[in-house]
Amino acid sequence: MHPSSYGKIGLHLNINGEERTVTIRPADTLLDVLREHLGLTGSKPGCLNGDCGACTVIVGDLPMKSCLMLAVEAADHQVITIEGLNHAPIQQAFIEKFAFQCGYCTPGFIMNVHALINRHPQADCETVKEWLKSNICRCTGYTEIEEAVRSCLLP
Amino acid sequence: MIPYDFEYYRPASVAEAIRLYGGLEKQGKSPVYYSGGTEIITLGRINLVKTGAVIDIKHIPECQVLGFEQNRLILGAGLSLTKLEEADPFPLLSKTAREVADRTSRNKITLGGNICGRIFYREAVLPFLLADSQVVLAGRDGIKRRSVHDVCNGNLRLDKGELLVQLLTERSYLELPHVSIKKRKQWETGYPLITVAALRKDDRIRVAFSGLCPFPFRSVELEEELNRRHVPLKTRVDQAVRRLPSPILNDIEGSAEYRIFVLRNLLEDVMEEMEGK
Repeated sequence: MHPSSYGKIGLHLNINGEERTVTIRPADTLLDVLREHLGLTGSKPGCLNGDCGACTVIVGDLPMKSCLMLAVEAADHQVITIEGLNHAPIQQAFIEKFAFQCGYCTPGFIMNVHALINRHPQADCETVKEWLKSNICRCTGYTEIEEAVRSCLLP
Repeated sequence: MIPYDFEYYRPASVAEAIRLYGGLEKQGKSPVYYSGGTEIITLGRINLVKTGAVIDIKHIPECQVLGFEQNRLILGAGLSLTKLEEADPFPLLSKTAREVADRTSRNKITLGGNICGRIFYREAVLPFLLADSQVVLAGRDGIKRRSVHDVCNGNLRLDKGELLVQLLTERSYLELPHVSIKKRKQWETGYPLITVAALRKDDRIRVAFSGLCPFPFRSVELEEELNRRHVPLKTRVDQAVRRLPSPILNDIEGSAEYRIFVLRNLLEDVMEEMEGK
């Protein structure tokens, strides 16, 4: 990262396993940079207030709402967006369980629960419900989403 | 998108952070310490926070401490609420913190950011008020320790440029009987109508609140009323309610009258559970 000053800075990011260099404002959120600078529009802008979870990406091994994170904070971490998942089991499970309707919230849900499955492959019901509270689906497909998650967990 | 520019600094030490703050303040940049940053970003987006420079404290080693020294738990201000919940060194803190925002947001929200935030609920401070913890502060005059009551009970009392570095809690408080209840207007995620945390120490019950007033607080006078065991519980609760500080919040989450109604029931539940423990 180059020294900060009013105006733009050069920033190196590791996104989906690729080193990318962008010139941004320090005030740019990670969501802004993913969508506007890198063309990764899978992370969706929803509330922009940390409430809806549509912009969720994985930073390190944790889900993060990219509207709640400055891009400069991601400099030392690996960032995975929905574009970086390559036929992950949870993607297929969302299809098989009909876990989406309009689909706008889907990338955020998938990134959140992909991290959940990796961290807690045998997560109990309470843990699944706790993690799912981070995302909002206004088509209200919660039951199918929960079923999709459960189908990817180890018995 | 945050509609204005600011500079971003990532100090590696407390001393560097304090120096940076002083220098940036002199340049008229109204710097702010940045930990999880969720509040600065969300309020900044709608111009309710304006700053010319943010000083990210998360990479300062002292702000990431999570461990014991002698008989004292030390928690760095830069620890995320998720990390605290998973490590669980202070179960009352874990329970209270687990009700702040949602799981993904708690990966970003930090202990120091919650306690020093402008959004006045600051629920993470309640366990520390109950445990008579100490805060480690850094400022122009160096590092000092102060009682959490002097700094965080009621409105936050930090000097300009002062940085909350750590919270220290005696080990003897960590496993005491406790309860933490958050009541919301609706749903399972969001700001509190009232959050109450309670802890029993030496057969006396301590209580602290968020969401009742525009600041988190613990009141010794209110606890005195609640602990008069020879008096019927309903009377004790009536007397305790008379000892509340003012103002009682009267907003979109609930009217003042409704909050008091809920509080009475909550206090009865808390006292029954704690006296039975």
